[in-house]
Amino acid sequence: MQYSKLVSALAVAGIAVFGAQTAQAQVIKIDGSSTVYPITEAVAEEFQKAKKNVIKVTVGISGTGGGFKKFCRDETDISNASRPITAKEMEDCKAAGVQYVEMPVAFDALTVVINPKNTFLKQATVAELKAMWEPAAQGKITKWNQVNPAWPDAPIKLFGAGADSGTFEYFTEAVVGKAKSSRGDYTASEDDNVLVQGVSRDVNAIGYFGYAYYAENKARLKALPIVNPKTNAAVEPSEESVIKSTYQPLSRPIFVYVKVKSLDKPEVKEFIEFYMKNASKLTKEVKYVPLPAAAYTGNLEHVAKKKYGSVFGGKNEVGITIEELMKREAKL
Amino acid sequence: MQHSTLTAEQVRALIAKGKLKDTLFQALGIFFLGIGLIVIFLLVGDMVLRGSERLNLDFFMNFASRRAANAGILSAWVGSLLVMMVTAFAAVPLGVAAGVYLEEYAKRNWVTEIIEINITNLAAVPSIVYGLLSLGIFVYAFGFGQSILTAGLTLALLILPIVIVSTREAIRSIPAMIREGSMAVGATRWQTCRYHIIPYAMPGILTGVIIGLARAIGETAPIITIGALTFIAFLPPAPFTEVTPGVNAGMFDWLMSPFTVMPIQIFNWTSRPDPAFEINAAAAGFVLMVMVLSMNAIAIWLRYKMRKNIKW
Repeated sequence: MQYSKLVSALAVAGIAVFGAQTAQAQVIKIDGSSTVYPITEAVAEEFQKAKKNVIKVTVGISGTGGGFKKFCRDETDISNASRPITAKEMEDCKAAGVQYVEMPVAFDALTVVINPKNTFLKQATVAELKAMWEPAAQGKITKWNQVNPAWPDAPIKLFGAGADSGTFEYFTEAVVGKAKSSRGDYTASEDDNVLVQGVSRDVNAIGYFGYAYYAENKARLKALPIVNPKTNAAVEPSEESVIKSTYQPLSRPIFVYVKVKSLDKPEVKEFIEFYMKNASKLTKEVKYVPLPAAAYTGNLEHVAKKKYGSVFGGKNEVGITIEELMKREAKL
Repeated sequence: MQHSTLTAEQVRALIAKGKLKDTLFQALGIFFLGIGLIVIFLLVGDMVLRGSERLNLDFFMNFASRRAANAGILSAWVGSLLVMMVTAFAAVPLGVAAGVYLEEYAKRNWVTEIIEINITNLAAVPSIVYGLLSLGIFVYAFGFGQSILTAGLTLALLILPIVIVSTREAIRSIPAMIREGSMAVGATRWQTCRYHIIPYAMPGILTGVIIGLARAIGETAPIITIGALTFIAFLPPAPFTEVTPGVNAGMFDWLMSPFTVMPIQIFNWTSRPDPAFEINAAAAGFVLMVMVLSMNAIAIWLRYKMRKNIKW
C-alpha cells in the first residue's frame, strides 16, 4: 500500500513538472557577444529596477556567432553582436522565419596597447601592424627592428584575442586585410584580462583588445596611437577620436538584433524603448563610445516603420565611421 | 658465522642507520605534506584577504550588477543550491539502486562485466562530454530548455558513476555473515537489502554522494554548454507564490526556471575589465570553498553518527 502511494505521488510530481511551463512570468531572453554584454547588462539591470522586477531579463554570453545561432533558432528575443550579421546567419534566420531589426548601440575602439615603460614606440602604422601580425610573419618576425629599423633589436612579444572572438575577426580584417587571417605564434586568450596582465609585465609586449579593458587599466598600460591611413596623423583611441572618426580603421560599431516577433510582446518593446533612451548614458558608464542621439531614435523609428533587416548585406566592413553608419541606417 | 661475530657496537650502528632512514623518510613526508598544505592555505588566505571587504550580508542578498561594490551572489548561490538538490534527488536513488543490483542481484557473467567496466570508465569521462550529451537529450530532445532541471540532471549523470562505485564498495565491506544470517532466518533477498544491506552501507553511500556533489558544485563546463546564464537578477519562483498578478507558481515551476551558478559568476567576474570585480571573484571563490568544505564536513559527521548505530 505504501508503495502504491509513493508511485502515485511521483506520478503527480511528474505531471506537475511537465505542466509547469504555463505559469512562467514574462522573461526577455538575450544572448550573444561578450563585447556588447556590459552595455546590455547595465540596461537590463536598470530596466528591472525601473519595472520593480515584474519583467525579467536574462543575459547570456555565447559569443556573437553562438548568439546568432540561438537567435536564428528562435530561442532568444534579442542577440548581442560585435559585428553585423553574416550572410550565412541571414540565411539561417530566413529559413527559420526569424525577422529582425538591426540596432547599432555603441562604438568600440580596438586598442593596441604596449607596456608603459616602452619608450621607443610612439606610434604605429597599419602596415607596421600588418608586418607584425600577418600569417607570413609567423616564426620570422621576432624582433622589433625587423618591423621598423628605427626600433631596437629586442624580442617582440605578441598578445592577442583568441580565434573565436569578434575582436580577432575585426582586427585581422582591418590590419591584415582578411578576416581570421593571423599568425598563430602569439599568446592568445579569450579572456582579455590575461592579455592585460601579459602586456603590463613585459616591456617588449604589444597586444590588442577592446577599449574598455584599456580604460579600466590605464595605470598599467599605454595605448599606442595608430596612424590614420587617410590623414596620415597618429591618433590615440579615445571617446573624442572615435566620435570624430579620426581613430580609424580600428573603430567599430556594435549592435543588438531584435526579433520582430518578440516586439509584439509589450515587455520586449518596452525594454527596447528603455534601451535606446538610456543607451547614451549607460554605454559611457561601461567605457564604450555612445552614438549620437539621432541613432537611437532612428533605431526606434525602424521599429515603428517596420524597417527590418541589416544594412551591411551580410558583410563585415572595416573603418566605417559613425556618420556613414547613420546615413546607411537612415536609408534602410 | 658472521651473525655470531657481530659486536654490540655493530648492532647499534645498524639500528642507528635504520633509524636515520626512518627519520629521513619522515622528514621528506612532512616536507611534501607541508607543500600541499601551504599551497591550500595561501590560496584560501589570499581569497579571504582580497575578498574580505565584500563578505557581508549584502553580498549574499544582492543580484549581479555592473557596479562591483553592489554586485552580489544571490542568484548564484540559490542557483547552485537548487541544482545540487535536483542532482541529489536524481543521482542517489538511481546510483544506489544500480549499485545494489550489481552487488546483490546481478549474475556474474559477461554482460555485468561490460557494465562494470563501462561504469568505471564513465567516471573518467571529461565533464564537457556530459554537457554535450545533455544539450542534445535534455535541452532539445526532451524540451527541458536551459533550466535548473536540465542542469541538475546533467550533473546527476556526471556523479552517477561515483555514487554507484561507492555504493558497491560500501556493500562489499559488509561481512558475508550478515547476509547469510538474514537469509538463514528466512528473509528474502529484498528484505535482506532493505533491512540490513542498505542501512549498513548507508555511511559509505552518503560519503560517496557528498563527494560527488562536492565535485558537481564546482563544475562549470557542462553547465555553460547547456546554456546557463551570466546575468540573471531574479530568483526561481518559490512554490505557490504569486509570479504575475493572479497567477501562482506551481509546486515545481522553479525546476524550469533559468539560472546561474557560483562557478559561472566567478568566471564572469574574473574576466571583466574593471579590476574591482576581482575582489568579488575572490569573495565568491571563498564562499564556494566554504560550501564545498561544509558539504564534506556534513559527510564526515553523518558517517560518524551512522557508524555508531551499527552494532556488529
